[in-house]
Amino acid sequence: MQSYSELYGVIAMFIIAVLIAIPLGRYMGKVFLGEDTWLDVVLNPVDRFIYRLIGIDENVEMNWKQHIKVLLMINFIWFVLAMLVLTNMAHLPFNPDHNPSMPLDLAFNTAISFITNTNIQHYAGETAMSYLGQLVLMLFQFISAASGIAISIVVIKAMKEGINLPLGNFYFYFVRTCTRVLLPICIVLAIIFLYNGVPMTFQGKDTITTLQGDTVQVSKGPVAAFVAIKQLGTNGGGFFGPNSAHPLENPNYFTNMVETIAIYLLPIALIFTMGYMLNRKKLAWIVFGIMTLGFILLVVPTISMEVRGNTAIAKMGINNISGNMEGKEVRFGSMASAYWAIATTVTSNGSVNAMHDSFMPLSGMCAMLGMMINAFYGGVGVGFLNFYIFMILAVFISGLMVGRTPELLGKKIEAREMQIAMIVALLHPFLILTGTAIASYLYAHHPEQYAAWLSNPGYHGFSEMLYEFTSASANNGSEFAGLNANTAWWNIADGIVMLLARFIPIIGPVAIAASLSQKKYIPAGAGTLQIDTPTFGIMIIAVIIIIAALSFFPALTLGPVAEYFSF
Amino acid sequence: MKTYLFPAIRLTFVFLVLCSIIYTAIIWGVAKITPNNGEPAIINVQGKRMYSDVGQKFDADQYFWSRPSAVNYNAAAAGASNKGPYNTDYLKSIQANIDSFVIHHPDVAVKNIPIDMITASASGLDPDITVQAANIQVNRIAHVRNLQPGLLQSLIQQHIHHPFLGIFGPAYVNVLELNVALNDLSASYHAQ
Amino acid sequence: MTNKVINKASIGGALKQSFLKLNPATLILNPVMFTVWLGTAVMACVCIWIALGETSQGSLSYNVTITIILFVTLLFANFAEAIAEERGKAQANSLRKTREDSPAKLVLPVGEIYMNEVITIPASKLKKGDVFICETNDIIPADGEIIEGLATIDESAITGESAPVIREAGGDKSSVTGGTKVLSDKIKVKVTSDAGESFLDKMIELVEGASRQKSPNEIALTILLAGFTLVFIIVTVTLKPFADYAHTPITIAAFIALFVCLIPTTIGGLLSAIGIAGMNRALKANVITKSGKAVETAGDVDVLLLDKTGTITIGNRKATHFHALSNVDKEYFKQMAVYSSLADETPEGKSIIELADMNVSVQQLENPRFIAFTAETRCSGIDCNNLRIRKGAADAIKRICEKAGTMFPEEATHIVQSISMQGGTPLVVAVNENVIGVVELQDIIKTGIKERFDRLRKMGIKTVMVTGDNPLTAKYIAEKAGVDDFIAEAKPEDKMNYIKVEQMQGRLFAMMGDGTNDAPALAQADVGVAMNSGTQAAKEAGNMVDLDNDPTKLIEVVEIGKQLLMTRGTLTTFSIANDVAKYFAIVPALFITYIPALQGINIMHLHSPQSAILSAVIFNAIIIPLLIPLALKGVTYRPIGASALLRRNLFIYGLGGIIVPFVGIKLIDMIVTYFF
Repeated sequence: MQSYSELYGVIAMFIIAVLIAIPLGRYMGKVFLGEDTWLDVVLNPVDRFIYRLIGIDENVEMNWKQHIKVLLMINFIWFVLAMLVLTNMAHLPFNPDHNPSMPLDLAFNTAISFITNTNIQHYAGETAMSYLGQLVLMLFQFISAASGIAISIVVIKAMKEGINLPLGNFYFYFVRTCTRVLLPICIVLAIIFLYNGVPMTFQGKDTITTLQGDTVQVSKGPVAAFVAIKQLGTNGGGFFGPNSAHPLENPNYFTNMVETIAIYLLPIALIFTMGYMLNRKKLAWIVFGIMTLGFILLVVPTISMEVRGNTAIAKMGINNISGNMEGKEVRFGSMASAYWAIATTVTSNGSVNAMHDSFMPLSGMCAMLGMMINAFYGGVGVGFLNFYIFMILAVFISGLMVGRTPELLGKKIEAREMQIAMIVALLHPFLILTGTAIASYLYAHHPEQYAAWLSNPGYHGFSEMLYEFTSASANNGSEFAGLNANTAWWNIADGIVMLLARFIPIIGPVAIAASLSQKKYIPAGAGTLQIDTPTFGIMIIAVIIIIAALSFFPALTLGPVAEYFSF
Repeated sequence: MKTYLFPAIRLTFVFLVLCSIIYTAIIWGVAKITPNNGEPAIINVQGKRMYSDVGQKFDADQYFWSRPSAVNYNAAAAGASNKGPYNTDYLKSIQANIDSFVIHHPDVAVKNIPIDMITASASGLDPDITVQAANIQVNRIAHVRNLQPGLLQSLIQQHIHHPFLGIFGPAYVNVLELNVALNDLSASYHAQ
Repeated sequence: MTNKVINKASIGGALKQSFLKLNPATLILNPVMFTVWLGTAVMACVCIWIALGETSQGSLSYNVTITIILFVTLLFANFAEAIAEERGKAQANSLRKTREDSPAKLVLPVGEIYMNEVITIPASKLKKGDVFICETNDIIPADGEIIEGLATIDESAITGESAPVIREAGGDKSSVTGGTKVLSDKIKVKVTSDAGESFLDKMIELVEGASRQKSPNEIALTILLAGFTLVFIIVTVTLKPFADYAHTPITIAAFIALFVCLIPTTIGGLLSAIGIAGMNRALKANVITKSGKAVETAGDVDVLLLDKTGTITIGNRKATHFHALSNVDKEYFKQMAVYSSLADETPEGKSIIELADMNVSVQQLENPRFIAFTAETRCSGIDCNNLRIRKGAADAIKRICEKAGTMFPEEATHIVQSISMQGGTPLVVAVNENVIGVVELQDIIKTGIKERFDRLRKMGIKTVMVTGDNPLTAKYIAEKAGVDDFIAEAKPEDKMNYIKVEQMQGRLFAMMGDGTNDAPALAQADVGVAMNSGTQAAKEAGNMVDLDNDPTKLIEVVEIGKQLLMTRGTLTTFSIANDVAKYFAIVPALFITYIPALQGINIMHLHSPQSAILSAVIFNAIIIPLLIPLALKGVTYRPIGASALLRRNLFIYGLGGIIVPFVGIKLIDMIVTYFF
């Protein structure tokens, strides 16, 4: 049965990822603790060479503010580099298709988009980027992921038992993430892609005559290297416009499985890295369980909606046996496409293998919810930071409920931590809702001027704007691509949202963790609320649903929900 | 400030070399030893080079049709329709697709029209159609090409891409491969 | 003291307060309710606007109704706080009443010396440092410390305990409380606090809110609630352009109703009432707290330090057996034991005389010279009739023997050990440095104490017994009473050190004490409960004062603290969980007129948009008074382990918080439909 094989494919993609993520997480734990690993022989000298080139001492302890300063400074440099390259591509080498330089607003959006690990693309790679530009964007795909992981390691280090904990050295985590995690895995992935027909060439467009006799140009490029890191580093920025739906980015079901697994491999592995580094395996499994439960709660309705197909088309007498196939590729089928949609939105990856704009209303809503919550696995590193905030809030409320001043892993949660946690928790709904509100206001009050924004009218058009800001604020990068967002307004608005949504949710948890790490450690007793229990898991889910999902209820009602009920 | 600025600049350039140049070179080097030499999968049809993974437009009656495409199979500017599922214009275009399909396939009941034949793909370059979509076109092609429908059905059977490892994912047919084989079959059949 | 402290007068007072508290300057301290106040003000303006002819905002009666309900919501929240305050005041007043304006016999000082010149002044005129005299049948006019004399005192006015107690100068029972009555004898008392500044006065102030500072936890919770309020401000404000996009006009009333329903008004309205009620509960247990924080901290306590005597065992040890050595005459041994105890005023000493039942008095002895017990020698005794009689702990007597070069008999060692193993305390008696026998003292463990310790253990609290006994005895009693740990042969500074070491490891400590030498430990402990009978130093050092002088009170205090936090947590959960139903009531109501398809999410099938909004707002208002009893009483603590407790509360208040408003709003809608 075809539909069963689609289902098996989806189940396999999940199980295989978990089976790899567990040992990978442990390996990463060792890497960040500086323990011996099997790649040391080769990589220790490499790392030392890199430290020397950068000119830093990787053994110097940093406090949380120093970590943040390094992070902000390198991001600033990256932004400058990105702007320089993107606005001058036409004059730089490796541009066989003679694609133009980017205008300033688009370059601003794209630069921020890539350094913040978002990868929203208001352009199509094959017509707007030179190969040099693509390779520089690929650099950001590596280093933005590495900086996210490095900073999450700082938080994990701060969660240990004891007082005045060392937080390690940012460069150490950063370099090790690149050389011992991202690059080796990417090389493996890229080679898999090469053997499955993903191109890796510096030749420009090829002109061919089709069997029917039409003349067509075919874009290609150094795709294999690019796809590996865009999937692995929760980046998601595609080489071609249609991203992993493009047959040259994702040629068959096997590459689709590999790419899907790569989406959430590191986010899941990082949970186990935390378990290893804190020596709290049970906590890791509970966190994994919560995230997986949330993931499944979004996956199941999405798959069932997409597999059932478009009800409006069904009314025309069509038997939707393959599901909703608008904006989907036959080689993946509707189920693997729906599955990818949730995988890519919960993890802030944002690559797509199907067009979310053409998803059924409620599956589109599930994809949005994945980004609104943004903590079920989440982006590399930052997903855990978001989850950490939810943990703080859940610990606070449930701590009170059991009659104790709330504490997280033996550290008391007090006013200062709550303040930061609330700011971070507020930021996401604030950015999404105010952004969408301004856009809606402009569109509603100047319909002629902004008519070109939306390619779908009514509720769906609203969903397109809501999705855009949700994606920007979640640093996700996927889009309801019917939104014509390559305008100065969207480029700048998205850029600002991405910037705030990247750095505040990083600084906040780091500040909380650092503040907690200075506090007295209270050993657990029988009255202490254990956070590695299923009960607490339910509590976190409840907090996530109420804080993250409920604040979007009215907005979602006017978008996907109204669309769903109106047919 | 300086304590952070200079390492940041140096770090950026070190990783520019490592990730953008060395990594790319490694993958490019490996690509040179792969069967495709770093190019997309190629099939040669009567001396002409074609990319089997990149869908082509087939809308002539003598061919198995490929899926509708929002970009008319322009492989230098791939893309999708991005139409919302309940967009009235979109539904009208679907109705038009159905109508035109019915005109070309008078023997096919509307409820049997495969959904992939009336909806646009995500890339606009979908090289594949479902097996049902291929089968449903058999009578039309058999009629136009004056071939036995049974021959065409077995041709389709031969060209099914089965689920990966037999159990993962959907089965489908690559339209270009099928049409190339169809031309061959047609040629050899009529030569006899 | 009666429990029914809410009477008509206090409800009246609370009602009046509810209006006075509408002052925005006071309300701004509570961000949640302050925004409700703003919403009400806006609605009032809208009503005026409509009255002036505006037509787009719905009918005047509907808008006025919404305004009134919002106003009532505010009043309800204020009433919750006011009634809690009134209750506390009533409780405190009933304690305070007795002492007001009883005459005080002031002793006039001459330089540094207090002469016996006395003038009578009203109690309210007494100042700190003044000295007054109380004689039989006098009411003690103010809190103070006895500097001279001894008296039996009836403290039933504050403790409800009718048995008189003895208070005397020096030692650990030197404090007297204003309002209590001297039954016999005469004491000279130094006033320890100015009128209006006693602990009780301070507590009343705390309750009245004037000086009530928010505890750290309350601040953190307020931040959380303010955060939620901000989220919903964003949600509501952005809804306007969203609705513009969808061409759906929304009335101001609907916006404000949505906003007020979504923000956590339930907990916001009850928050300060819960805090005050926590102190009230402490007061009801006859514990005066010096700050709200102390009650809260009590809920976090990890370790209880309990004195063995009086807490775990009844009063004092009693002599239960005389073990004469085999070569010593039993009667002789008894006699010597009695001699050694003649001057011994300790209960142990007295019990030896009681047990011996011999008619001996000091007059029978020649040249008696009493040797008092000191911490160094750790023995006491008497020199008389050319005999040096000593009694003391085995090791103390052993030392004496060694010094004198005599043998400490092996038989005595065996007896000592066997007594210790039975949990008894051996007192070795020696005459002229020769051991003649051992007196066995036994502790009597209070009934029911083991169960209380079991309960504490389930609460996750470790109990530590402090005793001067030797380790063997201490261990026996510790096991028998079920405490987790003990400090044997404790000197006052041992307590302090124990606390310091454990605090370094992050544990929170509670202890009870009365003596001046307890003061440092009381100050060091996170929760220090001083007995009211204790010295002023102890009372100053601790952060609570127990009027009943009941050593087991700590356990109640801990539960009160836990109850306080739990009530906050569960009502917060309840309040936030309510939002689910309110969303489903109001959101469809906002849009349904223009987007009829959204009838699909009107899962409660509310009658009309107006009735839906009204029902939600009414539910939001009346849930506050409905929960006042719970807020005042507190959520019952159950020692079933943190996870089980969370599960239980999550089920009741979380799931309940989701379901109750669905039912409530639907019911109100059915009623409202009759009127609209």
